[in-house]
Amino acid sequence: MYDVVIIGAGITGGFIARELSRYGLNVIILEKDNDIANGTTKANSAIVHAGYDAKPHSMKAKLNVEGNKMFDYICEELDVPFKRIGSHVIAFSNEEMVIINELYEKGIINKVPGLRIIDKVELLQKEPNINENVLGALYAPTAGIVGPWELAIALMENAMENGVELMLNSEVINIDKLESGYKVYTKDNEIKTRYIVNCAGVHADEIHNMVAAPKFTITPRRGQYFLLDKKAGNIVNTVVFQCPTKISKGVVVLPTVHGNLLVGPDAEDIEDKRNTETSDERLNYVKSASMRTSNKIPFNKVITSFAGSRASSDTGDFIIKEAEDAKGFIDVAGIESPGLSASPAIGKYVVELIKEIHGNLKENSKFNSTRKRIIHFMELSEEEKHEIIKRDPRYGRIICRCENITEGEIVDAIHRNAGARTVDGVKRRVRPGSGRCQGGFCQPRVIEILARELNKDITEIVKDGLNSNIAIGKTK
Amino acid sequence: MLSYDIVVIGGGPAGLAAAIEAKKNGVNNILVIERDRELGGILQQCIHNGFGLHIFKEELTGPEYAERFIKELCEMGIEFKLDTMVLDITKDKIVTAINTVDGLINIQAKAIILAMGCRERTRGALSIAGTRPVGIYNAGLAQRLINMEGYMVGKKVIILGSGDIGLIMARRLVLEGAEVIGVLARGSYAAGLGRNVVQCLEDYNIPLMLRHNIVKINGKDRVESVVVVKTDENKNPIPGTEEIYECDTVLLSVGLIPENELSANLGIRLDRNTGGPIVNESMETNTEGIFACGNVLHVHDVVDYVTQESQRAGRAAARYVKNEFVTNSEYIKTKPGNGVKYIVPQIVQIDNLKGPIEFFMRVRDVYNDSRIIVKLDDIKIRELKRQHMIPSEMERLVIDSRLLKEGSIMTVEICSGGEL
Ligand SMILES: Cc1cc2nc3c(=O)[nH]c(=O)nc-3n(C[C@H](O)[C@H](O)[C@H](O)COP(=O)(O)OP(=O)(O)OC[C@H]3O[C@@H](n4cnc5c(N)ncnc54)[C@H](O)[C@@H]3O)c2cc1C
Ligand SMILES: Cc1cc2nc3c(=O)[nH]c(=O)nc-3n(C[C@H](O)[C@H](O)[C@H](O)COP(=O)(O)OP(=O)(O)OC[C@H]3O[C@@H](n4cnc5c(N)ncnc54)[C@H](O)[C@@H]3O)c2cc1C
Repeated sequence: MYDVVIIGAGITGGFIARELSRYGLNVIILEKDNDIANGTTKANSAIVHAGYDAKPHSMKAKLNVEGNKMFDYICEELDVPFKRIGSHVIAFSNEEMVIINELYEKGIINKVPGLRIIDKVELLQKEPNINENVLGALYAPTAGIVGPWELAIALMENAMENGVELMLNSEVINIDKLESGYKVYTKDNEIKTRYIVNCAGVHADEIHNMVAAPKFTITPRRGQYFLLDKKAGNIVNTVVFQCPTKISKGVVVLPTVHGNLLVGPDAEDIEDKRNTETSDERLNYVKSASMRTSNKIPFNKVITSFAGSRASSDTGDFIIKEAEDAKGFIDVAGIESPGLSASPAIGKYVVELIKEIHGNLKENSKFNSTRKRIIHFMELSEEEKHEIIKRDPRYGRIICRCENITEGEIVDAIHRNAGARTVDGVKRRVRPGSGRCQGGFCQPRVIEILARELNKDITEIVKDGLNSNIAIGKTK
Repeated sequence: MLSYDIVVIGGGPAGLAAAIEAKKNGVNNILVIERDRELGGILQQCIHNGFGLHIFKEELTGPEYAERFIKELCEMGIEFKLDTMVLDITKDKIVTAINTVDGLINIQAKAIILAMGCRERTRGALSIAGTRPVGIYNAGLAQRLINMEGYMVGKKVIILGSGDIGLIMARRLVLEGAEVIGVLARGSYAAGLGRNVVQCLEDYNIPLMLRHNIVKINGKDRVESVVVVKTDENKNPIPGTEEIYECDTVLLSVGLIPENELSANLGIRLDRNTGGPIVNESMETNTEGIFACGNVLHVHDVVDYVTQESQRAGRAAARYVKNEFVTNSEYIKTKPGNGVKYIVPQIVQIDNLKGPIEFFMRVRDVYNDSRIIVKLDDIKIRELKRQHMIPSEMERLVIDSRLLKEGSIMTVEICSGGEL
């Protein structure tokens, strides 16, 4: 019997698991995909929002502002890339300046520190590539950028180090209420537990409805992006938003923590929750809309495009509470933007809810709050490089030629807690294949290393999902 | 710190030919650095024949062609390091490389020859809409998996891009038992060599679908189908012509890009039209003593030209090391005119020339019964008749250096039909 089953290994599931691992609880996390952080957490803008956008006094506002403050120390504890680079919402007309003022007022109520409205001169000094016809901007110094899946992976590694179990390829298909607690069904397993935390992203309403009366529905709201080469990474220095209008939030232009440029997203309600297809029409829209921010974005340096799906609930706010008609079942639903920014605070909040239900929790005396990231060979000093190659020659072999990733790093990524099992999993953990050649050179090598380290045949190695085998068999 | 007279970066046909030629020209202390596990570069995965027609007057496979140079290199006692990647080059010609045996090494060179080859343009650069399942391969990647690793990539394949790699892989896949639905070209002619269209598609009844493009890829775990459209004269999709083709694999052969990260970081000036460095008659870049040749300079269709060009670079590097090289002399510039995509070299130092000089160039379009006109400061100095020119086949242009005058601009343009 488990104490807690967490459904969904995205950023919220990750934070909750890690927070729970501070206590002497039996916790398991069930994830339907073949890797963690493979839902919305892997396809978003990666912004740690300042918190002026959310409606005052909403859960979103409270948890965003709280969560934002926690990023520095959490990313330090978990050794995750995070940069507090600040954000600008820019205005091109007097009407838009009015909206900027409204955002400022909201930000004050939400207790966002350091907000300032700045004029064109100051803005263009900081962001010289923004189009000349800009009038001014709302500057929020506390906004930042983070590696979202790096964070989720780090959380899971740390949670597992502290005793949490992870079960991949385990879609929850049904839940039974027991006398006390629940029985959770996946295709291959039945798991008994006292409490359930539902962090199933776009599927959270379906999970809720397995044990409780329908209370909310989740609509997938897709957003599409372009990712540009690192050569374009310095087009902007901060996160640059357009002014939100009634029709659209406007696309964002921002650098990523790895120095690429990210442009997007649009917003489109769709039917199929699993649909993260891109479309020409929408990508073209993103492209032309972003030109409004800067006409210097070099779209010939696009290295990939992708889409993510927001889990928007019909309540308009995050839903984080015990279901009225299902004791010990906690929904963490409707976690759309700023869900990533709020996630550290969501983790704490959910643990408080469990304490309320359970009474006081026993501390896990062995809890270790820190985790070290995979050594990034290229960031080492020359001396350190020498040393590490001497210790482990695999750091002397570059596998990914665009990002200069060594074999040593890839092997480490495979043998960690929640380690990589797939080519995309390796890519998310150490980046081979995320550069300009998109795996053209390194993919056969990565497949080889995965097969060797996991003791599998090359034909068994998958790109991502269980049926995405890269080589379908031997040649004649 | 290690020290060599010449360090060659890349052990493909370009690097091999340059190193051998430098040695033949009296430089002994040469090191070739290759990232891969063997020398030979891209040729190792090109197991089809058709290499060496010009130089050896016989049809060799890629590995056979490479083997001849590897053997010569070894016989001459030229040093090389395999499984070693160059990470950085400085203006002072210090090369930083790493491998599992030596760790991180710094090497002082007197001259450097860049021969890093090129990489493939990817799906991301095309922004083809749809999902991101397995089954989308760059043609070169598929070639490596099939020819070198021995693994098949799919059963029912559609190929986007009619460059040589796409054409050759169409035939290869059929020979391995796959069905190739067709090879799509966005424009109205194949981008690869004429002989490859015949030998790889026509001989195997594989349709060449001119003026078609893939606009969307469908599939969850694996590719399930693609949406294909017809294109207009400007290669744009014609609405309403969408057709769905079921397939499990998409091969992309959509262009090669010279691999110049190292060069660019070092401040070497690149030509926007070739994607490679701007070089002079000796294949020297704007950084003194650093030379470039092969696909890193501009994408070649035939390896024999790579070899010849690289020999030129090797000879020049040797002269540079021996201080016989004329630098900073008066020069002319070349300029692509009407109908010409690029000309290499871009700069000619007349003092370094003795006999005729050879230029490599590509045309922008298909031309029949036309002429290549060479002008020096608007005065015609040469005119060459050509029956047929296409963008995929590199043209060579030989000019007597006595015709060239310092301080001038040499323009090359194409005149088709009865004009002029
Ligand atoms: C376009 C876009 C831009 C965004 N930009 C930002 C931003 O800049 N800043 C910000 O703060 N937020 C942003 N967000 C929001 C943020 O990405 C999300 O709030 C956050 O990632 C949600 O994390 P999650 O863990 O709740 O969901 P997910 O990451 O989707 O995780 C849910 C997990 O549950 C699993 N699951 C689902 N059903 C089952 C089942 N039946 N059984 C087992 N497992 C199941 C899924 O496979 C998935 O792994 C953006 C979102 C989108 C789409
Ligand atoms: C698929 C294909 C089919 C072809 N078919 C034919 C044909 O039928 N007939 C014909 O005549 N020609 C053909 N060609 C053309 C010919 O093979 C190429 O033009 C030629 O191989 C280019 O030689 P290269 O040495 O410039 O580049 P490459 O062969 O690409 O060699 C470059 C080398 O540099 C190494 N390198 C790169 N960066 C580094 C670094 N940082 N450190 C160390 N090493 C590095 C690479 O590993 C590689 O080995 C074909 C080409 C291709 C791609």
